[in-house]
Amino acid sequence: MDHSPSPFWKPFKEKHWTIRCLPQGPIAIDIKHLSVKYPKNSVISNLTCHFTAPSLWAIAGPNGAGKSTLLKTLLGFQKSSQGKITFHGFCPCDVAYLAQQNQLDRKFPLTVGDTIAMGLFREVGIFRRYTKEQQDTMQATLSQVGLSSFAKTPLQALSGGQFQRVLFARLILQNAPVIFLDEPFTGVDGRTIEDLMKLIHVWVQEGRLVIAVLHDLDLVQDHFPQTLLLARQFYTRGPTAQVLTKENMRRAISASREWEDNVRTL
Amino acid sequence: MIDFFITPFTDYVFLRRALMACLALALGCGPVGVLLVLRRMSLMGDALAHAILPGAAFGFLVGGLSLPAMGFGGFLVGFLVALLAGAISRFTILNEDASFAGFYLISLAIGVLMISTQGTQVDLMHILFGTVLAVDKISLIMVAGITSFTLCVLALIYRPLLIECFDSGFLRVVSGWGSFYHFIFLVLVTLNLVSAFQALGTLMALGMMMLPAVSSRLWARHVWSLFLLSSFFAIASGYFGLLLSYHLEWPSGPSIILIAGLIYVISLIFAPFGILKQQQGID
Repeated sequence: MDHSPSPFWKPFKEKHWTIRCLPQGPIAIDIKHLSVKYPKNSVISNLTCHFTAPSLWAIAGPNGAGKSTLLKTLLGFQKSSQGKITFHGFCPCDVAYLAQQNQLDRKFPLTVGDTIAMGLFREVGIFRRYTKEQQDTMQATLSQVGLSSFAKTPLQALSGGQFQRVLFARLILQNAPVIFLDEPFTGVDGRTIEDLMKLIHVWVQEGRLVIAVLHDLDLVQDHFPQTLLLARQFYTRGPTAQVLTKENMRRAISASREWEDNVRTL
Repeated sequence: MIDFFITPFTDYVFLRRALMACLALALGCGPVGVLLVLRRMSLMGDALAHAILPGAAFGFLVGGLSLPAMGFGGFLVGFLVALLAGAISRFTILNEDASFAGFYLISLAIGVLMISTQGTQVDLMHILFGTVLAVDKISLIMVAGITSFTLCVLALIYRPLLIECFDSGFLRVVSGWGSFYHFIFLVLVTLNLVSAFQALGTLMALGMMMLPAVSSRLWARHVWSLFLLSSFFAIASGYFGLLLSYHLEWPSGPSIILIAGLIYVISLIFAPFGILKQQQGID
C-alpha cells in the first residue's frame, strides 16, 4: 500500500517530462522506443507501441515483466530513461486509473457513497457540495454496478468483489476517455468478473480506450480483442489470437527467466 | 462528589490552566491522530515526536524553559527530520520507517546531551516528560492557537486530504497536488506534537494523539465520528488524568497517558470492533 510520503522538495504539481500531449485529434497513445530503468536493472526496453480509441487492450506477461511499470510510466508516476510517449486528444489528468486492490485499505472508514463520490472530484472540486443531479447520477451509477442499496454501507462490510464494483462505479463517474486498470480481477468472484467485463465492453462501445494489466491468460483470450505481450526485452502486440501463441509464450517466459538469471548473477 | 471532581479546578489556577491546555490539545490532536492512524503513519509520528527534542533543547538554551522558544525550535527540527528521512528513504534501500528510527535515535541523543550539559536534571525531566501544571498564559495561547489553526486547515483541505489518505494514486492522477496535501498534513502533525510536548514531554507527546485515535477506531465507522470520538477520549483522558494526578499526587503527564491507555484497553475489549464482539461474529 503506497502511503509512503513522496519527497517533499519535489514540485507540488507533478511534471510529466516524457509525456507530451497533443490536445487535437482522435484519442490515441503513441509510445516510441520507451525504456524504463530501475537503479539496478532495466524493466522495459525499447518498447514501441500504439493504442487508438476505441479499443480494448490487455497487457499480459509473466510476473515481474514490467506490466504495471508500463502503466505507471504512462501515468507519469515512473520516470522513463529513454523514449517518448505522446497522448493525442487528451491530457494525463483525463486518465482514470484503477490501482491494484491490495494497495487500498479495505477497512477505511468510508461509505460506498463517499467512495464513489471521489469520481466527481474534478467536477466538484474541494469545497462545493454535490448537486441533486450529481447525487442522482451517483445513485444511477451504483445500480449500474449492481449495488443500488449500498450507498450507506461502510467499505469494511463489503466482499472483495463488491469492493471492486465500488471502484468501478468510481471509474464510471470519472467519465474519462482513457481508462487504465491494473489487475482489476484479482481476488474477485466469477459473477463479478462477468458483470465488470460487460461494463468494460460498454466503455469501449462508448469510444473509450481501455488498457488492462492481467495475468490470467484465459480471461485475456475470452474477453480482450487486442493484447500486448510484455516480458522485459521481448514484446509482441496485435490481435489476441495471434499474440498468445505457444511460440510467443515460450519466448516471453524465457525472456523473463533470462532476466531473472541475470539478476541472480549480479 | 463535587469536592472530588470540581473543587480542585476551582481552587487552583494552575490546574485550571492545565485543564484548558488539555482541552485545546485534545481538540486538535483528536482529528490529526485519526488521520495519522488512517494513513498508517503512527511510526512516523513517533519518530517526529522524538525528533522535536533537539530543537526544543536548542530553544531551551536560548530562551530558557518557555514554550514558545522551545516550540519554535522543536517545530523547525522536527520538520527538518521529516524532510531528511523522506530524502534518505528515496535515495537508499532503507525503508522510511527504518530511516526514521535512525534519525530519531540520533536526535534524542543530541537533545538529551544538550540539555544535560547546559541545564539541570530537573530541566531534562521537564522536557522529556512535560509540565502541564506549569502552563502559563503565553503557552496556553500558543496551544489554543495551534489547535484553531489545525482545525481551520483541516476544514479547508478535508476532502482532498481524505482522498489522499484512502487512495493517494487516485488523487495524484485527478489533481496532481497529492504531495502538497501530504506536506500540509505533515506540518499539522508537527505543530500538534509541539503543542502536546509542553503537556506531556517529547517522550509521550504522541500519546495524546495516537491512543484516543486508535481507541475511537474501535467504536466508530465514519471519519467524522472518529474525529469527534477521538477528541472526546482525549478530553476525558486530560480531565481524569489531571484529577488522578491531583488526588494521588502522581506526575500529570503519565497520568493523562495512563487514562488514555485505560480507555484504549477498555475499547479493545468491549467496543463494537473490539475483541469480544468480533469473537461473537457480529459485524
